Amino acid sequence: MTLLNIENLTTHYETRGGSVKAVDDVSLTLEKGDALGLAGESGCGKTTTMLSLMRLLPSNGKIIGGKIEFDGIDLISIEEEELRQSIRWKRMSMVFQGAMNALNPVVNVRDQITQAIRNHEDVKKEAAWERVGELFQLVGIDPKRAVDYPHEFSGGMKQRAIIAMALACNPDIIIADEPVTALDVIVQAQILELTRELRERLSLSMILITHDLSVIADTCTKVAIMYAGKIVEQGDIIEIFKNPEHPYSQGLLTNYPSIKTKRMTFTPISGRPPDLINPPPGCRFHPRCSYATEICSQEVPVTIDLGGGHYIACHLKTN
Amino acid sequence: MSSSRLTIFRRRLTKFVGQFLESKLGIFGVLILIIFLFTSIFANYLSDYPTKATQGNLKDRFSPPNNKYLLGTDDVGRDILTLLMYGGRISLLIGFLAAFTSGGIGTIIGLTAGYFGGWKEDVLMRITDIVLVIPRLPLMLVLSAILGTSFWNIIFVISVTTWTGTARIVRAQVLSLKERAFIESSKAIGASDLRIIGVHLLPNVFPLILAQMVLGIGGAILQESSLSFLGLGDPLSISWGMILHWAFSAGALSSNYWWFIIPPGICITLVALGFTFVGYALDQIVNPRIRSR
Amino acid sequence: MSLENKLVIIDDLKKYYPVRIGLLQSLLSKERQYVKAVDGVSFHIKSGEIYGLAGESGCGKTTTGKLILRLIDPTEGSVNFKGRDVINLRKSELKEFRRRAQIIYQDPYESLDPRMTIFDFVAEPLIVHKIGDIEKQVEGALERAELTPAREYFDRFPHELSGGQRQRTAIARAMILNPEFIVADEPVSMLDVSIRTSILNLMMRLRDDLGISYLYITHDLATAKHMCDRIGIMYLGKLVEEANVDELIDEPLHPYTQALIAAVPDPDPTAEKSKVIIKGEIPNPTNIPSGCRFHTRCPQMKEECTQEEPTLREIRDGHRVACHIC
Repeated sequence: MTLLNIENLTTHYETRGGSVKAVDDVSLTLEKGDALGLAGESGCGKTTTMLSLMRLLPSNGKIIGGKIEFDGIDLISIEEEELRQSIRWKRMSMVFQGAMNALNPVVNVRDQITQAIRNHEDVKKEAAWERVGELFQLVGIDPKRAVDYPHEFSGGMKQRAIIAMALACNPDIIIADEPVTALDVIVQAQILELTRELRERLSLSMILITHDLSVIADTCTKVAIMYAGKIVEQGDIIEIFKNPEHPYSQGLLTNYPSIKTKRMTFTPISGRPPDLINPPPGCRFHPRCSYATEICSQEVPVTIDLGGGHYIACHLKTN
Repeated sequence: MSSSRLTIFRRRLTKFVGQFLESKLGIFGVLILIIFLFTSIFANYLSDYPTKATQGNLKDRFSPPNNKYLLGTDDVGRDILTLLMYGGRISLLIGFLAAFTSGGIGTIIGLTAGYFGGWKEDVLMRITDIVLVIPRLPLMLVLSAILGTSFWNIIFVISVTTWTGTARIVRAQVLSLKERAFIESSKAIGASDLRIIGVHLLPNVFPLILAQMVLGIGGAILQESSLSFLGLGDPLSISWGMILHWAFSAGALSSNYWWFIIPPGICITLVALGFTFVGYALDQIVNPRIRSR
Repeated sequence: MSLENKLVIIDDLKKYYPVRIGLLQSLLSKERQYVKAVDGVSFHIKSGEIYGLAGESGCGKTTTGKLILRLIDPTEGSVNFKGRDVINLRKSELKEFRRRAQIIYQDPYESLDPRMTIFDFVAEPLIVHKIGDIEKQVEGALERAELTPAREYFDRFPHELSGGQRQRTAIARAMILNPEFIVADEPVSMLDVSIRTSILNLMMRLRDDLGISYLYITHDLATAKHMCDRIGIMYLGKLVEEANVDELIDEPLHPYTQALIAAVPDPDPTAEKSKVIIKGEIPNPTNIPSGCRFHTRCPQMKEECTQEEPTLREIRDGHRVACHIC
């Protein structure tokens, strides 16, 4: 069952230097029970896509076009108040980048989560406290620690607390933006294990945003690769990672150091991501693509289905 | 290389001016200051009346404003408007020099305390605290009484009692800069402490110091006016504070010679305000904490 | 192994930081508390070698790197560079040492002076050591760091450059004095994944062309595997295992190393998922466990692990482990 359907989403930021075309014609779907990894380098538009979804863009960001449908509800046209009351945190919650460091240092953790619960549900304090205890059990924190302050928690515990907060109102979807980037290797593995567990126990659907392909391979069932505001390739994770067809995906995946493979010489993709105020004409990747032909600099490639849910936007495949 | 340094300087200057012009207070302050600077510098072209203390038309003393004397005359018949123009020279000069010296002292102390730490920091910060705690005006009075009242003594007295603000701000900024990787990187290539302070810390602290100094000029002018008003100014020079001193000595308040009292007061206030506005605008640009990125 | 081959030798290096406690506490308690950031580390780095120092945050790897360069003074122990004691160098000799040993930092946004142009920043080492022909050398250094055309970067400021370009600037500056040894403190961990390999390639090329040795500090074993010749694993201030990188990753002996390797996620979605094979979290460094400091989390712990601290012994040729079980 399709839970979330994003169609042709376009979001721009207005800056003094011009209009930043941060997200351009992006289409994604999330089925119930899926874990979709949104991969790409910094500045590729993955965070902006999710902020658009939750309508949490900064004041200079605007959704220019497209459609976002969540369980039949149009998220773009819905009233802000209704979005806040019935969707945000209740049905879709977000774990922001660096959230573990954004915990209020002067309020204990239990009270912060309680606040989040009571903002969206009409419950008594005591009921909320009980729920916090349950949530802590779920995420693997000793419930006795609930009344501690954030600085008394380790990095891993803080991240678990943030996940607990995101799960507080039993959402259908969790969106996590770089949830393990700042964590040590073993703590990262603990959180990834927790994520897999929670998905199974709660039938949780998830969108995981990160530049770390190994984290996506470890936790996700589907993947969408973004470059310069566009989705270049998406599909089932094993299919995409084993048979990447887009030159950018190929460049990323073949040059990814892995602890298991033998030593190799890397041939990284040359050049840098483009300026999004004046993105390159045609395919935005063409200046860095070793297979680029004339049409690549003229026409924007259309997304086509290679079969089995493997989508790609590349002129090489269109022929 | 020199031509590109010039272009870099010009680029920074244009950016700075652009930011400054966004501040209405800053623009207003600059306008006030331009008027006063202009009249002070070109005083001898603007006024017919010579200013030597002896040259007053005693017949015309204590005249209220009229066609001949636009702001009236003082107790010995001198034109008040002229006195204000020439007085501006001294007030502004003392203001600049005192603020500059005070800023210099504060910077040196702040840099040393912040960068070296240890006992040097403890000693310097305790001295700072002591100076901060002693009431400023009484301290200035005592120092003036001991040292005597001359142009340079006033500058000294003001500088020595007002450097603490700058010292603290500079030290705080140095403490936070010191932890940044590029400072350790300088040590790693073998740079001496002097080089690190002069080439890396000072340029990063300088904008803050500049803002402090500009604010300080306003403050220094007020201090000088207070001292002169109380009779501790240089009796041989004309400053706005001295004019007020003469006014009160001549009983202008009780005799309601308002033109003798109010104009100098307004000048002091406006100029101090002008420097405060400009200093505030600068602070908005350079202060890393209150700057909105 | 002849002594001449060993560029850097570290012996029993320690760095203790006293914990600041209030007046009342210092009157009441007798013992001073210390954070034992580095607690007796010994290893060597050969000429032309890339030695990896890996571990989680707080294990002391960055502190060790800075101790070697004498950017921090050690509490105990010795550092030997080309046969000479680094700890007790006089000021002029220290400056000479700095020509030969350099550092690249983790954060490309913090390690460049925001008010200096790229030219001035890269030229600074030449000015400090009074070496002439500055313009030509800066151009050469920038080109070697693959910032071309070099002249276009002269008048730029750090905020105008990307993270990768800034890190290349830092490399150019570290290289300009032709050092023999560079401490690279997590040089790519703050860069985008697609840029990491090009920076690492650059570092390896410089080693191949100029024979520079590196101490490559990292928490990322995947990049360490591709960069390093030998690797040492640190835990709570001590070296727990050291071996050739392939041997360490294929046959880790210490339970902590095994845990680290099991925890690394694989970019192959069909491979085994990352696992957590040890329990608990890193203990507070002011309260280091007795005996083997890893025993509180070790799945194979024995009685003697809580009592006696294991020493780093050579189990096989070139493979050292500090463990009672191995």
